Amino acid sequence: MAGTLDFSPDDRYNAFITTCSTAPFSGGALAGIAVAVKDNISTAGIETTCGSRILEGYIPPYDAYVVELLRREGAAIVGKTNMDEFGMGSTTETSAFGPTKNPVDPSRVPGGSSGGSAAAVAAGLVPMALGSDTGGSIRCPAAFCGVVGLKPTYGRVSRYGLIAYASSLEQVGPMARTVEDVSRVMSVIARYDPRDATMFDRPYDHRPSADIGGLRVGIPGEYFGEGVDPRVAKKVRDAIGVIEDLGASTVPVSIPGMRYALAAYYVICTAEASSNIARFDGVRYGPAVDTRKSWHEAYQDIRQEKLGPEVRRRVMLGTFALSAGYAGRYYAKALGARQKIRQDFERAFRDVDVIAGPTMPTVAFPLGERTDPVSMYLSDILTAPANLAGIPAISVPCGRVDGLPVGLQLMGRQFEEERIIDAAYAYEQGVKA
Amino acid sequence: MKTIVGLEIHVQLATATKLFCGCSTDYRDDGPNTHCCPICLGLPGSLPRLNRKAVEYGLLVAKALDMRVLEESDFARKNYFYPDLAKAYQITQSDRPLAVEGTVEIEDDEGHEKIVRITRVHLEEDPGRLVHVAGASKYSLVDYNRSGIPLLEIVTEPDMRSPQEARRFLNKLRTILEYLGVFDGEREGALRVDANISIEGSARVEVKNISSYKGVEKALTFEATRQRNLLRRGQTVARETRHFMEGRGITTSARGKEEAHDYRYFPDPDLGPIRVADRVAAIDLPELPTARKNRFMAQYGISLNHARTLTGDPRLADFYEHVAPADPILAATWAADILLGELNYRNMSIAAVPADRIRELLALLRAETITDAAGVQVLREMLDACAAGRPCEKPADIVKREGLARATGDDFVAIVQAVIASNPQAVEDYRAGKKGALNFIVGQVMKETRGRADPRELGRIVSECIEKGGV
Amino acid sequence: MVTESDIEHIAELADIGISRDEVPEFTRQFNAILEYFEILDTVEGESAPAGGITNAFRDDEPRPCLSQEAALANAGSTEDGFIKAPRVM
Repeated sequence: MAGTLDFSPDDRYNAFITTCSTAPFSGGALAGIAVAVKDNISTAGIETTCGSRILEGYIPPYDAYVVELLRREGAAIVGKTNMDEFGMGSTTETSAFGPTKNPVDPSRVPGGSSGGSAAAVAAGLVPMALGSDTGGSIRCPAAFCGVVGLKPTYGRVSRYGLIAYASSLEQVGPMARTVEDVSRVMSVIARYDPRDATMFDRPYDHRPSADIGGLRVGIPGEYFGEGVDPRVAKKVRDAIGVIEDLGASTVPVSIPGMRYALAAYYVICTAEASSNIARFDGVRYGPAVDTRKSWHEAYQDIRQEKLGPEVRRRVMLGTFALSAGYAGRYYAKALGARQKIRQDFERAFRDVDVIAGPTMPTVAFPLGERTDPVSMYLSDILTAPANLAGIPAISVPCGRVDGLPVGLQLMGRQFEEERIIDAAYAYEQGVKA
Repeated sequence: MKTIVGLEIHVQLATATKLFCGCSTDYRDDGPNTHCCPICLGLPGSLPRLNRKAVEYGLLVAKALDMRVLEESDFARKNYFYPDLAKAYQITQSDRPLAVEGTVEIEDDEGHEKIVRITRVHLEEDPGRLVHVAGASKYSLVDYNRSGIPLLEIVTEPDMRSPQEARRFLNKLRTILEYLGVFDGEREGALRVDANISIEGSARVEVKNISSYKGVEKALTFEATRQRNLLRRGQTVARETRHFMEGRGITTSARGKEEAHDYRYFPDPDLGPIRVADRVAAIDLPELPTARKNRFMAQYGISLNHARTLTGDPRLADFYEHVAPADPILAATWAADILLGELNYRNMSIAAVPADRIRELLALLRAETITDAAGVQVLREMLDACAAGRPCEKPADIVKREGLARATGDDFVAIVQAVIASNPQAVEDYRAGKKGALNFIVGQVMKETRGRADPRELGRIVSECIEKGGV
Repeated sequence: MVTESDIEHIAELADIGISRDEVPEFTRQFNAILEYFEILDTVEGESAPAGGITNAFRDDEPRPCLSQEAALANAGSTEDGFIKAPRVM
C-alpha cells in the first residue's frame, strides 16, 4: 500500500505554518495516516522555520530521525505546525507566523509551544501529530486543547533533527485524540538512533492495557497548592478518584525541590538556548546576512530584525546566567536544584508507580492576556519538573471547567512510559464506560 | 633577564573522520565545502557523536607524555561568534580535560637534559577556514571542510627559556606525535602554535597564529628582542595578544581586534562524559624517539649525531633500519649525511624513496664496485626519477648504462699519462715539492673519468707515473 | 539588579541587536525575572557533573558527505563554492 494523500485543510485556527497538499505515503504501521509535525522538527525538502523569521526559507537537506521513522511506517507528513518561536512560549503567540487559536474557544490560546500540533489534532485536521516538550510544550497545549500528549523519558526518542532549544530538557513526543493513538505513534518513534549520543536503546513496543489493579499513585501536595485554580484541582482529584475506582491506590508524596523548579528550569533552558540559538546568523541558512558589514554588526542587525522579543529576551537571560561572575550564582545553582528535584522524584518513585497532578494550573486563558514574562513563565510550574528529572509524563483530558478542557498529568519512572500510558488509557476507558 | 616561554600547540589528529561526524578528513585536494554534512555545517537539529579513534589517540599521547588521565572528563561549549565557527560555539574541553601533568625531555641551550612540564591535553574541534576578500567591498568566504577536524591541544608550563628551546621542544613533540602515528606533519596546517612569552618580571604577551613549527623560533626571537628593547629603553611591556605575520617575520598588536572574551563555557548537553582512565594501562606504546636513538647507538654502533638525526622522523628511522643490516655505519653516513641533503634539495619526502634500491646502492658501495662520487651520481639519478614519477631503475643498471663502474688503476694509466703530458707545469711543481700540484692533476683525471676512480688510489697512480719519469 | 548598561553588555555578548528604546523595558523585565531566580540562592551544595551516557563513541568510519550543492543550498550568498560571510578584518 502506497500512494499520496491530498491535504487541504480548513486551517481557521492557524495550526499550520506549512501544509503539503499532496503527501506521499507507503505501507506500514501508520500507512496512509496523516501526521502533522511541529515546525522545529527537520523535514527533508519541507521548509522548517521553528516559528521564526530567522529560518524562513530554510529547507533541511535531511529528515529528523523521528520523521524518517514515521515515513518508514507509512505515515503521510501533511504539514508543519505552528509553534512559539523556537519553542519559547506557552501560548503559541510568539510565533512569527501569528498565533494559533484554541479550537475549543478561538478567543483563547491553545497553549504552547506545540500549540499548532494540539490545535490540528483537536480540530480534527489530523489524527496524530508530533510535538516537542522542553518544559511542558506537549502537555500544556494537549491540556488546553483537550487532547492527549506524551513527553517521553529523556533519551528514549532521538533528538536528531529536532532543532534545539534546551538540549538537556527536551524530547519529541506524540499528540493525538486518544491514548491508544499516542501509544501507536510512540511505538514508531521510540527507536534507537546512534546519532544521538544522549539516547538509550530502550525502544517502546507496547499496547495500552486498562488493567491497573494494584497501581500505586503518588499525589504530590505541591501540585495542588498555591497558584493552581481550585476548580482545576478538583477536576484532577475527581479523575484520580476514577483511577482509584479501577483498582489503584493513592499515596501522598512530596517533591520539596518544586520550590526551585521553575527558576532552575528557566536558568537552564535559557542558558542552553543562548548557545543553541547563536548559530542563527544568516550565513549558512535562513535570510541572508548583510556581508558588507563587519561580522558582529551584521549578526546583531539580522538577529534583532529576525528574532522576536521573547527569543531575544531568553537568549540574553541565558547569556547572563552563563557570563563571567554570574555563572556560579545562576547556572551552577540551577544544576544543583535540578539534581535535588531529580532525587526528590527518585525518592517518591520508591513508594509509588506513577505520580498524578494537574498538567496546567489553569485552563486556557484569552489570547493576548499574558504579556508579562514572569506570569507567563509561571504557567510551566507543573510541567517543567518532569523535564528537569528526565522522566516521562502524559497529559490526558479529564473534564472541563467553564467549558474549557483540563488535563490530568501522569508522571512515571524513567523508561516507564508503558505504565503511565496504561494508567491514562484506563482512565480514558473508565470515563467512557 | 630570563626569557620565559610557554606554548599551546594545536595538533590535527590523523583520524579518518572528523571529531563529531563521519565526514572524511582528507579534504586538502578537494574544493571548498565538499567534506561537510549537517553536523559540521552546524545545520539546525544535527547532533555530535564522538569519534572513538580521537579519544584513543589522545590517550596514546597522554601515556607517551607520562600524563594522568582524568577519571572522568567531558566536553564543554566555548561560545563566541565568528563566521568560521558553524555553531557559534566550539566543542572543546574546559574544566575536565582528557589528561593533565605530563613531561617532555629536551636539551637546554647548554646541551643538558631538561624537563618541560605539560599542563594538560584536551580534544576539540577545528573551525572552518576563512578567506578574506579585500578590495572595494570587503567580505569573507567560508570553507567548512576543516570544520570539525579533531584537534589535540597540548599546553605546556612556562618552562622554556629561549626561542631555541621552544623550537627544540616542538621538534621533540612533533617527533613523538609522529612516532605515535597520531599526526601527519606533512598535512599543511596540521600543527599550529600559540606562544606565551615574557621577560622575567614583565608582562606576558601571547603570540597567536604561528602556523608552522619553524615559525615559532622566528616569532619568539622577534618578540623577545622587541620586549628586551622596550625594557632597555625604560618602557614597559604591555600585556596583550599579538599576531605573528609569517611572511614578514614580525608580530603585530592585536589590540582593538580582540574584545575582552567571555566564552561562557558550560558542559555540552549533547555529549555525555568520558571515562577512559582504566584503558591507559592496556595501551602498548611504540618505541619512542629517545629509546630508539639509544637503541640505534647500541645496536648499530653509530654516532649520537647520526642516531639523533635518523630517529628524528619515524619514517627515516624505519628507512634506516631497512637499509642498515649489511653495513650500519655506511648506511648511517649515507642516510643521514647524503640522502637527507639530497631530499631537502628536492623538497622530497623520505616516504618517496625506494628503500630496496638504496639498499642495492649501499651494496655496490660496500663492494667497492663504485666510488662514493659515482654513488652520489647514481643516487641523484634515482631520486630525480622518483621525484618525476618515473620508475626507479636498479642502481646496477644505472652504473652499467652510464659506465660508472669503478675504474681500476690499470685501465686509467693511459688517461693519467695523457693528463700528465698535457700539464707539464703541474708535473714540474710536483717535482719541486708542491703538494697542491698532485691534487690538481688528480682532479683533472677525476674530471676525465667522471668520478669512476677512487681519488686516493688515483693519487698513488699519478705519483708512480710521474716518478717513473714517463714524461 | 542589573542596570541598563549591563543589558547593553549582555546584548553585545549575545550578538543580539537591541535598540535604545528597548533597553529600559528589557532591564525592567530582567530584574523581575532575576528577583524570581533569587530562590536559587538557597540551594545548598555543589552540583555534581551532569552525568548522562558515558563513552558514547562512534567508529572512525567515513560516511558520505553532502554534495557541495546541497551544502550551499541554504546559504544566502555563495561564491566559487564558498559561503559568503561578513568581513572580519
